[in-house]
Amino acid sequence: MLDPQLTQKLTPIFQDVFDRDDLVLTPELSSSDVEEWDSLSNIRLFVAIEQEFGVRFTTDEITALNNVGELADLMTRKGI
Amino acid sequence: MSQSGPALKDLPWLCPTPPDFREACRKLSGLPDGAFAVEARRLAAHAMSESHLNQICKALDRRSAAGQSLDPLQPLTLAVAGNGTTDLLAKALRGTAVRYGFDLRVVQGAFGQISHEALDPDSEINRAAPDYVLLALDHRALPLAAGPRSPEEEAADVEKALGWVSSLCRGFQSHTHATLLLPTIPAPAAPLFGSLDARVNGAWRHLLAAVNRGIAEMAAGSGSLLLDVAGLAETVGLETWHDEALWNIAKLSFGQSLVPLYADVVLRLLAASRGQTRKCLVLDLDNTLWGGVIGDDGLDGIELGNGTARGEAFLAIQKTALALRDRGIVLAVCSKNQDEIARQPFRRHSDMLIKEDDIAVFVANWRDKAGNLRDIAKRLDIGVDALALLDDNPAERALVRRELPQVGVPELPEDPADYPRVLAWSGLFEAAAYSDEDAVRARYYADNARRSEAGAAVTDMDGYLASLGMEMTVSAFDAMGRTRITQLINKTNQFNLTTRRYTERDVLAMEQDPQVLALQIRLKDTFGDNGMISVVIGRPDGDALDLDTWLMSCRVLNRGVECATLNVVAGLARQRGFRWLRGVYRPTEKNALVRDHYRRLGFSQDGAEDGGATIWRLRLDSFSPHPHHIAVGLAVPAPHPV
Repeated sequence: MLDPQLTQKLTPIFQDVFDRDDLVLTPELSSSDVEEWDSLSNIRLFVAIEQEFGVRFTTDEITALNNVGELADLMTRKGI
Repeated sequence: MSQSGPALKDLPWLCPTPPDFREACRKLSGLPDGAFAVEARRLAAHAMSESHLNQICKALDRRSAAGQSLDPLQPLTLAVAGNGTTDLLAKALRGTAVRYGFDLRVVQGAFGQISHEALDPDSEINRAAPDYVLLALDHRALPLAAGPRSPEEEAADVEKALGWVSSLCRGFQSHTHATLLLPTIPAPAAPLFGSLDARVNGAWRHLLAAVNRGIAEMAAGSGSLLLDVAGLAETVGLETWHDEALWNIAKLSFGQSLVPLYADVVLRLLAASRGQTRKCLVLDLDNTLWGGVIGDDGLDGIELGNGTARGEAFLAIQKTALALRDRGIVLAVCSKNQDEIARQPFRRHSDMLIKEDDIAVFVANWRDKAGNLRDIAKRLDIGVDALALLDDNPAERALVRRELPQVGVPELPEDPADYPRVLAWSGLFEAAAYSDEDAVRARYYADNARRSEAGAAVTDMDGYLASLGMEMTVSAFDAMGRTRITQLINKTNQFNLTTRRYTERDVLAMEQDPQVLALQIRLKDTFGDNGMISVVIGRPDGDALDLDTWLMSCRVLNRGVECATLNVVAGLARQRGFRWLRGVYRPTEKNALVRDHYRRLGFSQDGAEDGGATIWRLRLDSFSPHPHHIAVGLAVPAPHPV
C-alpha cells in the first residue's frame, strides 16, 4: 500500500514523464510494466522528482531502484 | 518561480506551461493544417520542461507519421555530434525548435564516434546532409589531461586540442554544406589547487580559457556559429551545470534539468543566423522605465535615480535599454498616457538617462497596445515580428501575446531589479554576427523618421528625391562586406524576389567565382549613411544573366534605388556579352511587396512555375536606362575574358 499523499504527488510526475494519463501507481509497478520506462526516461523521472521535491538521489539510489514501492520508501527516508 | 528570484534554468522570460499542456499536445495531431502550426507555436512559447518537450515532440512525430503537414513550420536538419549521450538532447532540440517556427529533424552521430562522423563521408551525419552540425563537446572529449605544465607544454596541449576540433570542422565542412555550431568548453567544477588554478599552466581553468579563446577565433575564421556553452555554464553556476553522477550513469554531459535552457540557447542562435531576431525594443513607461505613474505621481513623485533602491533599479533598466541601443537595437516607446505628460520625464527629470532623441518612435495614447505596436512597426518599416515589448503590466503582456503572438514579450519577475537580467536572458536580441553597421542601425531609423518628416513637407516627389542628395555605390562581394551580405541574405523577407538563403561559406564561394556577378550596394544621403542596403546575384544561363537573388532593405523603398540598380546590372550584363536578363519572383508569405517588381521595371513575363513563381525577361540591346535621382559609383572589376 502506497502512502496516499505521496501517491497523489508522484502520479502527475509519472504521467508527465511517461506521457501516459492512465498510469496508476502501485508498489509493484516497475519499468517492465511501462513501455516508455527505459534507462533514459528513468533519468528524466529522477530529475523531475529531484526538481519537484528539492531532493537529490545518489548513483546507487538511481541505479538500484526496482519499483515504485522502493521509490516511495526512498522518499520517506529522505523526509518527503 | 522560486522565492529567491528568477532562475535561468526555468526560462523565466516565458510563461509557465498551462495545466492542460499534455492534453493540448495530444489534440495537436487532429488540427487542420493552418491551425496546427499556430497552436503548436502557442504551446511551445511556454517554459516547457523536459517532459513537455518530449510531449510536443511526440505530437509532431505522430502528425508526420500520419502523413499530415507540419507547414508552415520550416523544415531544417540539425546533426548532433557529441562525446556523451545525445538522445535526450535530440528530443529537447526538436521540441524547442517549434518555439522558433522550425520543424527540426535531429540526426545523432554514433555514440563515441565523433571523429569518424566528421571524417568519413559515409557517416550517419555526413550522409544526412544536415543544415547545421552541433558539436556537443565537453572537456572529456578533448585530447587533454589537466595537471601542472610548463607554459610551452600547455601551449602544445592547447594547440593539440584546437587541432582536433579544427579537424572535425574541416571534416563536416568538406562532406556537407552544414553550418557548424562550435561550443566553448566549461571548466570542471572541482579545482586542482583552488584559486591558483586561474594562473597555473595546465590547470583546467587556465587551460580551457586558452582553448576557448582559440575556439572563438576558429568560429569567426571558418564561418561557423559560436555557441558559448562555457558562458552559459558560468551563468548557471558550474556546481549546477556539472553532474558527475549522471555522467557515470548515463554519459550525460551536463545536469539534466538544464536541457530546456541549453536547447533554447542553441535554437535562438540558429534562428538568429537565419535572420530571426528582434530589431526594436518597445518600452512601456510607468513602472517600467521609472517607478510610479507619471500622470498621478508627477515629476517629483516618480522613483528614478540614485538614492533609493527602487530608483536605482529603474536606472539600471534604462542603462540596459541604452546598451542595446548602442549595439544597434532601435528603441521605441508605447505607453498608455497623455503624450505631453509622458514626455515630461524625458525632458525635465534630471536622472532620466534615456532622452527623447534615443527613441525612434514615441507613442503615448489611450488606444490598445496591440494596435499601437502595429503602428510602430509600420513607421519603422519593419515586421511586427521584429519587435520586443518590455512592459511591467501582466494584463498588457497577455493582451499583446494574444493579439500579436509574433511580438517578443518577456515575462517579468516581481522585482524590477531583476528586469535587466531576464530581458538579457530571453535571447530576444541574440545575434549570430555583429558588424559595424549593426551598431549604427539605431541611428538609421532616427534618420529615417526625419526623412519621412521631410517627405511630408515636400509634395513634389521628384523634388524631394533630388533634395536627398543620394549617392549609391555598387561593388563586387568582398571580404569586408561578407558578414553584412550574409546577414542581408538571411534576414530580408519583404523586398526579396527569391528568398534564397546562403551561408557565409556560400557567399565566400560566390565572391571567388568569376562567373557569378555578385553585387553589394550601399546608399548615402544628406541625412546619413544607410550602409549596405541591397544585394544582387546574377548567374550565367546561356545568353541570359539569371538573377538568382535581388533583395533590398525596406528602409530605402520608394527612392528609385531599384531603377538605379537595374541600370547598373543591365550595363554590367551587356558588358559581359549577355543578351537577356532573366528574373524570377518566388512568392512567400512576406514578399507580396515585390510581386510586380519586374513588371514595373519593364520586364516581360515569360512563364510561371508551380507554387506561383513567375519568370521574367528583359532584352538588353533595346533596354534604355530608367531615370532616377541617385549618383552612382561603380567599383566592379572588368569581366574576365571568356
